[in-house]
Amino acid sequence: MENCSIEVHNLTTTYGGAPVLWDVDFELPVGQIIGVIGPNGSGKTTLLKTIMGLLEPSSGFVKIFNQDLDKIRERVAYVPQRESVDWDFPASVYDIVMMGRYRKHNLFRRTNKTDIDIVNQSIEKVGLTEFKNRQIAQLSGGQQQRVFIARALAQRAELYLMDEPFVGVDAATESSILSLLQEMKNDGKTVLIIHHDLQTVSDYFDYLVLLNTRLIAKGTPQEVLTKENLTNAYGGQLTLLAKVASLIKENEFPIREKDMDF
Amino acid sequence: MMNDIWILLTASLVAINAALLGCFLLLRKMALVGDAISHAVLPGIVVAYYFSGDKTSLLLLIGATLTGVVASLMIDFLTKKAKIQGDASIGITYTLLFAVGMILISTWLKGNVDIDMDCVLYGEIGLINLDKIIIDGNLYIGPMAFYTELFAFFCIGLTLVLGFKGFKLLAFNEDYARGLGINTTRWHYVLMTLVSLTTVVSFEVVGAVLVVGFLIIPAATAQLISKKLNRMMFLAAIFGIAAVVIGYALAIWLNVNITGAMVSVSGIIFMMVLIIDKFFRKQQVSKSLNPA
Ligand SMILES: Nc1ncnc2c1ncn2[C@@H]1O[C@H](COP(=O)(O)OP(=O)(O)OP(=O)(O)O)[C@@H](O)[C@H]1O
Ligand SMILES: [Mg+2]
Repeated sequence: MENCSIEVHNLTTTYGGAPVLWDVDFELPVGQIIGVIGPNGSGKTTLLKTIMGLLEPSSGFVKIFNQDLDKIRERVAYVPQRESVDWDFPASVYDIVMMGRYRKHNLFRRTNKTDIDIVNQSIEKVGLTEFKNRQIAQLSGGQQQRVFIARALAQRAELYLMDEPFVGVDAATESSILSLLQEMKNDGKTVLIIHHDLQTVSDYFDYLVLLNTRLIAKGTPQEVLTKENLTNAYGGQLTLLAKVASLIKENEFPIREKDMDF
Repeated sequence: MMNDIWILLTASLVAINAALLGCFLLLRKMALVGDAISHAVLPGIVVAYYFSGDKTSLLLLIGATLTGVVASLMIDFLTKKAKIQGDASIGITYTLLFAVGMILISTWLKGNVDIDMDCVLYGEIGLINLDKIIIDGNLYIGPMAFYTELFAFFCIGLTLVLGFKGFKLLAFNEDYARGLGINTTRWHYVLMTLVSLTTVVSFEVVGAVLVVGFLIIPAATAQLISKKLNRMMFLAAIFGIAAVVIGYALAIWLNVNITGAMVSVSGIIFMMVLIIDKFFRKQQVSKSLNPA
């Protein structure tokens, strides 16, 4: 791929036991909204952490914008799963979003005017201005999720890796996050999102990675969301098969998709 | 009277040092690691004392502090490399090191007046004035323990002020910090070294066991009512000092163990703040439910 945001090459990651990612290999485009889907425990979070260099792969490598991660870390923003931190931490929304301005080399410096402006803009973008000084423990789950997104925005990165940003978020917030993502895409940013809701994947993403320890499929939603791929990834569970069937119908008759939404 | 003031000043410094670091231990869910380090420095103290014959030597300070750091290295090794459950790793490490320390005391330091099991348990805060610093032959400027604590206070204060952003980020979201390329291991061990230093310098004053009360309880009390990290640190220090002063007065009045009284008072303050805070929250809720 000429313009490649993330290149994952023969990646295998383990937590000491059996591999959680096995020989995963793909290249992702630049400037698109990319979804990573797969069942629970299929290694999605592990993939993200390995890409971010938080986990050491047992074999294979990752390149970002054709470079080693260490060279361009600051151009990559990571939005961890919301439950991965303790929200009882004594800090305000502003404090947390300010962490998006932290860099390895400025930790010992005071924050400057530019940082403050960027932080305020980022808070504004996710619609949390009125909660700016509120302690993060006193936010709803969806608001906490937006704090994480604002922190990533404040980082002014080019590649965003988000672990399930739509979990516990209501419909209104989901669509406002979605339009934010669209805006980021229009600015040429690449966004990689772990997603769970199969019903919405074809609407949300330009490109998909379907994972279950191994890479099952990658490509446009039309290419990936076939009955065969989904059965390979999710197995033959009854409820899922029903969903799969409806998804395939949607793909086959895209005109009727809109009618079926309501 | 002068003796009382020196005791209170020294113990307050112990409380401040411990409370400031305790905030970070608590927020990083590492309260037990603080516990472990404070026990694990014992063999270091005994060995260094055995070779230097002096409770306040630099050798002892460095040697014992390193033992605490080794303990935290050992815990990290057991959890990360050997994949032992976190609490088990902590338990194994500190009981082992503490037991070694006890054996050393009972063999090498048999009958020694400076370091015995009583001192290990709750320090000898009433006796710190025996080790005086006198300059110019007759000018008494306070007990040695006060100056060691003051030294530790400057180390801790300076590190926490300079590294405030780093420690804050580490405490809230370590993965994110690593994602930014920050060497979180280095930050972690700086913090562990400071905790170790605190327990070593406080050993003689409040003992290896009860210093944990100074590390954790004031910080936990402050967390109940703090919305900002720097406020939490400030309040933790205040709660620590309050426990020292009230505990000391109670101990003199009731003629009980001084350090024990201080930590008990600290616990009581925690309970009081907890209850008052819960009560006020409930009132706020009922007020917002029926505003009239
Ligand atoms: N720290 C860990 N130590 C050991 N095993 C782990 C660890 N984290 C995850 N695993 C295992 O690795 C596998 C993949 O986990 P991962 O979190 O990557 O899945 P996921 O696709 O993100 O799942 P979910 O949809 O539930 O978030 C799971 O079987 C999990 O049990
Ligand atoms: Mg996950």
